[in-house]
Amino acid sequence: MERKSSSSRETPKIAVIDLWKSFAGKDVLRGVDLQVWPGESLVIVGGSGAGKSVLLKHLIGLIHPDRGHVIVDGEDLACADPERCLAIRRKFGMAFQEGALFDSMNVFDNIAFPLRRHTKLSQEAIAARVRECLSLVHLSGIEHKMPSELSGGMRRRVGFARAIALQPEILLFDEPNTGLDPITAAAIDRVIVEMREKLPVTMVTITHHMPSAFRIADRIAMLRDGKIVAAAPPEVFRQLPDPYIQSFLAGQPLEEEVA
Amino acid sequence: MKPLILLFEALGHRAIALFEEVGRFFYVLHSAFLWTFRKPFDFREWVRQMVRVGVDSLPVVGLTALFTGMVLALQTYRGFARFHAESFVASVVSLSLTRELAPVLAALMIAGRIGSAFAAELGTMRVTEQIDALYAMAVEPIQYLVVPRVGAATIMLPFLVAFADGIGVVGGYSVAVGLMGANPVVYWEKTFQYLDLNDLFSGLIKAAVFGLILAVTGCAKGFFTTGGAEGVGRSTTSAVVMASLVILLSDFFLTKILF
Repeated sequence: MERKSSSSRETPKIAVIDLWKSFAGKDVLRGVDLQVWPGESLVIVGGSGAGKSVLLKHLIGLIHPDRGHVIVDGEDLACADPERCLAIRRKFGMAFQEGALFDSMNVFDNIAFPLRRHTKLSQEAIAARVRECLSLVHLSGIEHKMPSELSGGMRRRVGFARAIALQPEILLFDEPNTGLDPITAAAIDRVIVEMREKLPVTMVTITHHMPSAFRIADRIAMLRDGKIVAAAPPEVFRQLPDPYIQSFLAGQPLEEEVA
Repeated sequence: MKPLILLFEALGHRAIALFEEVGRFFYVLHSAFLWTFRKPFDFREWVRQMVRVGVDSLPVVGLTALFTGMVLALQTYRGFARFHAESFVASVVSLSLTRELAPVLAALMIAGRIGSAFAAELGTMRVTEQIDALYAMAVEPIQYLVVPRVGAATIMLPFLVAFADGIGVVGGYSVAVGLMGANPVVYWEKTFQYLDLNDLFSGLIKAAVFGLILAVTGCAKGFFTTGGAEGVGRSTTSAVVMASLVILLSDFFLTKILF
């Protein structure tokens, strides 16, 4: 499958149109407009509490907007029919911040879960697919471990393996390397880049960790105060004159906020 | 003026919280009902929950019923002896057990044992994003988590209560005959003399309703947990308190309707 062909640029894979959301009277998203193009790896960056997680959860319909639309392949996520909603959600694979593995199941059953649920594969085929997914995240041979026996980095990678089990068209990563040491974080980034090279997927990642954003992004979008304030390829993004973005990149407090 | 406004504010908050609570209960009840009849049917999960609610609760319910029957016989025997009506002890024991005590006490015990477990499990899954993960895998959490639990409790409670009825009567018999020196033949005869099938059935219907109440309460509390580990604790506690209260309140109305 070809990626990033310029002809597919006209129809976005996901279109977010004027998205508003407030919690307990506080506006978190204030009119987000965003397109995710087929095959690209978009990274959404922003400060803590900027609404990144909320935005990501809107993309898959975990949170419903107060106003605005999320369109996936031309279909509005706010559809009426619950079974149709499930069908749209099957296009997604989502990797959660702490892995969100089912702690009552071992690694094998965790990854096999979506396969058993949604396919009629035989036991052998499922086992083969689980092994394949695990080798893609460099974790072969841990099928019988329980999630509680794994380190934070491993749990996340098992989460990746579970997310790709059903060969989704879109992969979402929620803060994939928050709270990890730099080496493990870089290893996670490498796994994400490899997955992107090997799989025909569109990726959306949220993070506030700029080095990893530059490692995995085709395009970086900045979320600030509930709005997308900039979206550009990494090399362009780095040069943007906006003082907030420059402070963010440099890891320094904003002048006006210090004064 | 100010204190008055504060008073109304406090009352208003209480009222809103109460309505939210009731709303969540009926939301879970309603969607659990709808998802029961949609594919796929989680046979294994149903069996697992039925074993947990039913088989694993036998010792607790059996012990509760045994001692309730015993103390009932002891108390009524002492009381009835004052006006030489000892022969009616058996009837009182069997009637009050089947109609009232076995369903209510078994339900309260199961609310503590199972309702709390449901709330803790679902609450933990909520705060660790496992419920979101299910949703993201296009598995409806209500269908996968709530339906088997509510179904199992509703089906198994009547069986547990039937078991409790039997054990309770045996307990009463052993005290009356063994300890108080009642005539075994007369006691056995009196146990069934005034007992209708209706008495039995009304108790079993109550049991099913109580099972539904405690399971839905536990699941609703867990499903809407917020606030991390502390939130899970709060959900668990209030699941038991709420379920017990609602069981006792609805017991009165059920009794009024069923007889």
